[in-house]
Amino acid sequence: MLDSKIPEGPLAEKWSKHKDNIRLVNPANKRHIDIIVVGTGLAGASAAASLAEMGYNVKSLCFQDSPRRAHSIAAQGGINASKNYQNDGDSVYRLFYDTVKGGDYRSREANVHRLAEVSGSIIDQCVAQGVPFAREYGGLLDNRSFGGVQVSRTFYAKGQTGQQLLLGAYSALSRQISKGKVEMLNRHEMMDVVKIDGKARGIIARNLITGEIERHSAHAVVLCTGGYGNAFYLSTNAMGSNASAVWRAHKKGSFFANPCFTQIHPTCIPVSGHYQSKLTLMSESLRNDGRIWVPKSKSDVEAIRNGSKKAIDLKEDERDYYLERRYPAFGNLVPRDVASRAAKERCDAGYGVNKTGQAVYLDFASAFERYGKTEVLTQGIENPTHEQIINLGREVVKSKYGNLFDMYKQITDDNPYETPMMIYPAVHYTMGGLWVDYNLMTTVPGLFAAGEANFSDHGANRLGASALMQGLADGYFVLPYTIGDYLADDIRTGKIPTNSPEFDEAEKQVKDEISALINNNGDTPVDDFHRRLGLIMWNKCGMARNEKHLKEAIVEIQELRKEFYAKVRVSGSADDFNPELEKATRLADFLELGEAMCLDALTRSESCGGHFRDESQTEDGEALRDDENFTFVSAWEYTGAPSEAKLHKEPLVYDNIELKQRSYK
Amino acid sequence: MNITLKVWRQKGPNSLGAMETHKMTEVSGDMSFLEMMDVLNDRLVREGKEPFAFDHDCREGICGTCSMFINGEAHGPGRNVTTCQLHMRSFKDGETIHVEPWRSAAFPVIKDLTVDRSSFDRIIQAGGYVSVNTSGDTQDANSIPIPKHDADEAFDSATCIGCGACVATCKNSSAMLFVSAKVSQLSLLPQGKTESSERVLRMVDQMDIEGFGNCTNTGACEVECPKGISLTNIARMNREFLSSTLTSK
Amino acid sequence: MSKTGILKSSLSKKYAMAFTGLFLCLFLVGHLLGNLQLFASGPEGQSAFNEYAEFMTTNPLIKVMSYLTYASILFHVLDGFVLTLNNRKARPVKYVVEKGKLNSSWASRNMALLGTILLVFIVTHMNNFWYVMHFGEIPMVDGLKDLHTITLAFFNPQINSLAAVMTLLYVFAMISMGFHLNHGFQSAFQSLGLNHPKYTPVIKFAGTAFSVIVPAGFASLPIYLFLIQS
Repeated sequence: MLDSKIPEGPLAEKWSKHKDNIRLVNPANKRHIDIIVVGTGLAGASAAASLAEMGYNVKSLCFQDSPRRAHSIAAQGGINASKNYQNDGDSVYRLFYDTVKGGDYRSREANVHRLAEVSGSIIDQCVAQGVPFAREYGGLLDNRSFGGVQVSRTFYAKGQTGQQLLLGAYSALSRQISKGKVEMLNRHEMMDVVKIDGKARGIIARNLITGEIERHSAHAVVLCTGGYGNAFYLSTNAMGSNASAVWRAHKKGSFFANPCFTQIHPTCIPVSGHYQSKLTLMSESLRNDGRIWVPKSKSDVEAIRNGSKKAIDLKEDERDYYLERRYPAFGNLVPRDVASRAAKERCDAGYGVNKTGQAVYLDFASAFERYGKTEVLTQGIENPTHEQIINLGREVVKSKYGNLFDMYKQITDDNPYETPMMIYPAVHYTMGGLWVDYNLMTTVPGLFAAGEANFSDHGANRLGASALMQGLADGYFVLPYTIGDYLADDIRTGKIPTNSPEFDEAEKQVKDEISALINNNGDTPVDDFHRRLGLIMWNKCGMARNEKHLKEAIVEIQELRKEFYAKVRVSGSADDFNPELEKATRLADFLELGEAMCLDALTRSESCGGHFRDESQTEDGEALRDDENFTFVSAWEYTGAPSEAKLHKEPLVYDNIELKQRSYK
Repeated sequence: MNITLKVWRQKGPNSLGAMETHKMTEVSGDMSFLEMMDVLNDRLVREGKEPFAFDHDCREGICGTCSMFINGEAHGPGRNVTTCQLHMRSFKDGETIHVEPWRSAAFPVIKDLTVDRSSFDRIIQAGGYVSVNTSGDTQDANSIPIPKHDADEAFDSATCIGCGACVATCKNSSAMLFVSAKVSQLSLLPQGKTESSERVLRMVDQMDIEGFGNCTNTGACEVECPKGISLTNIARMNREFLSSTLTSK
Repeated sequence: MSKTGILKSSLSKKYAMAFTGLFLCLFLVGHLLGNLQLFASGPEGQSAFNEYAEFMTTNPLIKVMSYLTYASILFHVLDGFVLTLNNRKARPVKYVVEKGKLNSSWASRNMALLGTILLVFIVTHMNNFWYVMHFGEIPMVDGLKDLHTITLAFFNPQINSLAAVMTLLYVFAMISMGFHLNHGFQSAFQSLGLNHPKYTPVIKFAGTAFSVIVPAGFASLPIYLFLIQS
């Protein structure tokens, strides 16, 4: 039976009461307790730093060559916090409400409220660490607005907010490493969880440089290993982002929650060719100033595709600003799932503006003009020419999004100051993840999950600038407290030995898997299979899903998995630095997880947030929830094969929010 | 287009390396340099040979993992780009491209084009942080106004991605640009100012211990830096180190 | 506090290079101003130059300055040598292809080479004049050592068969010095942390001007003396 351990009492007091009541470990005892933190993104780095600071002995692992490279670094737009510095009516409750609504009522009230409560502390903490957030001329922090909300609560550092926040957490981690409280293992990949007497007591890791299989024991293991968007092969995730840690944990008993909840980000650079290795995001913040459109008439679409017309040749009344048309209240700033589906709808209807028919315009022309006019006034220029206005406006836009525009130009060879950007949705984030209780512990005692790796806060769709908030909230302010409740029982346990039969067995299993892959007599490179998995996932478990496709996908993935083990070729050796082997072990897990995602999507026959079932939509094509039958978290228990996973349901109880059909009109 | 690649092959840290030649056909200009390397590796695997090991991760120019010395320059011919954002349209049809790892005593080669940059981590560990606990019970974020200009300048310094192109480019393998960017960021902000004196001493010490060379102000690092980190950071660090050594007890 | 200490730190070595370098720049100005007297011809020119030479070798204050100059040169050379060795060690395996010219000036990459040329020149130059003035046999005019005549004779092809070679050597050395200064002058300010968006362009301009005017001034003398005497 799933016990989410949500504290009793009124929503706004749950967290503070819980903190007051959970058990603590005294400082002298913390010195005798070991914790392994896997992953060094926002959640991992902040958790490792905080736990070490509290006095625990922390071992931190990352597969990258430095903890600073975790993919949180690539988050662009910003981080939400209900500071209400802009005096636009923001509050903890409003952030909580927006997040639950944005998640299409599939997240836990208590978790989300806690997230909103600690959001302000994150900003305080980061400023104290020297994170250079954008400021106004008065020297105070600046904010911008993001999709799905009607206040400006997003703190940012140009288009590099994730980088700055991660470097802040990395610096806190570095401080603890220098004090000897964190042992940092770069280029180490977790291969499995080791369970002793039902509790997580350590991990098996591979030293990626020497290939050595290592045993690490601890009293608790924390997984902060991010999401599994790379199941789609093409995504905005980093090449190394993988789901192996969470999938291995799942196979060792942690339930996997809502695996089908994936976020497709509306503003990414379209695919350019079959060699494409990843997709690049253009920050959602661009939708503050950019307007999304396609031509109204198909003849214009044709003309643009064959090059006889350009975007700028089309007059205002020949353009269909479809988001503004369909969602007048939120316009271009509708949540991500809505914006993505709207783009897909237009492109499927034949209005896509590039050769593949899978692109829409993101146009800054009116922003140039609007900002230019303000500049003209502030600079006191009389009788400005249109060109002068536009140029001044361009400068303003450049100061806001310069790095994004440069990146766009670098990738596409098009100048977005002259011609509208072309964008298309791409896989970006996974709301699903390991099921955790209020304390962030999975169904395996002693095994915790934080950040994108867990499922708890974003429901079926994450709002922009909330991933950074959640990662740091979990790592700095939630997990360090809640983990004490579990570890309080371990003060007399003493060091966990690594020579137990459980470690022997786990190590042997990992070694066997690796040698099977290395010695497989195949002829096909790993990426080949990954691309094929990605294609199945994108076409049949992507922005829109239906029963037929999902059933097909499950069979196709099963076949692909068989073929993978029969035909894959992993060159090099197991006792060496071998990126091909790394890819192979990760893909082996994606090949199972992909099936779990499809199975979950099949089971959830309603539409909600990022999960859109063709069978469940309103008359005008919006996602139609089925609250009566699906107001629950799907928590899957592994029983030997992905297809045989057992579904457990955690009912979602809404005491404080009324469930409504989400409307952004 | 067609390309001739000469790529550094080195089995391990202690082995000798050499350039290996590979012909590439049908290279698209829209490919990133790393995607072109993917295509080469794909072919090598199919031919039963070992692919080239190279570091890469985000492929959007921000994680700082990719690290190739291409045609005599860190991150290749482009300016303000990392290798992953360098596209093949920057090269001519028929061109011969040399690909080497970063070369520095402080960045030993692990394999082929992959190097170990943990020396950078150790420099940050020596003092590249503000000594503040993560309790969150600090003062309100807006309690100290910071002049926009200072905040922007600190941000510019903070955009360093720690890729090591400065070291790779510098004829002396000096890490001054990297170290000074962090020193600058933190000393420009009131939160970091408090311990700026100890910080610069400790970070420079660690930099010297790691075996980086000395800065001779050639300015090459600034030119090749994918994030355009400015030489003024180095000047600021020189200034701070001088005053810190003269005034430290 | 500092584990490596002020004297051993890589930055301190740079400060030493900068200080000694800038001091030597001052020396160059003084030396050039004195030498320009060689443009004055006739007996007045001769006695004025000889008086200057006498003053420069006997005045106690100048003596102190000259020892400082020797020390600076020595320190600049030794420090430069140590830095260069360190820097070589920092990259044990060289690049197969390296295109430094795309990101830095030739002079900035070849300071050690230029410095070595200058060192050779300084030794030659001191042997030609300084040694003669201090320890050599030298005719006396009006009770003063006649360095003027010695100098003129050195660049006179009728008297010194190597005059043409020496003139070329001196000019070559001054060109090297020009490049050395072109990078070194502004580099010294950067090393000392004297960098400011407003003033750095001025310093850079001054450095360029200095690196052209001073070596050109020096080089003009052997050329002039050689030409008027041949």
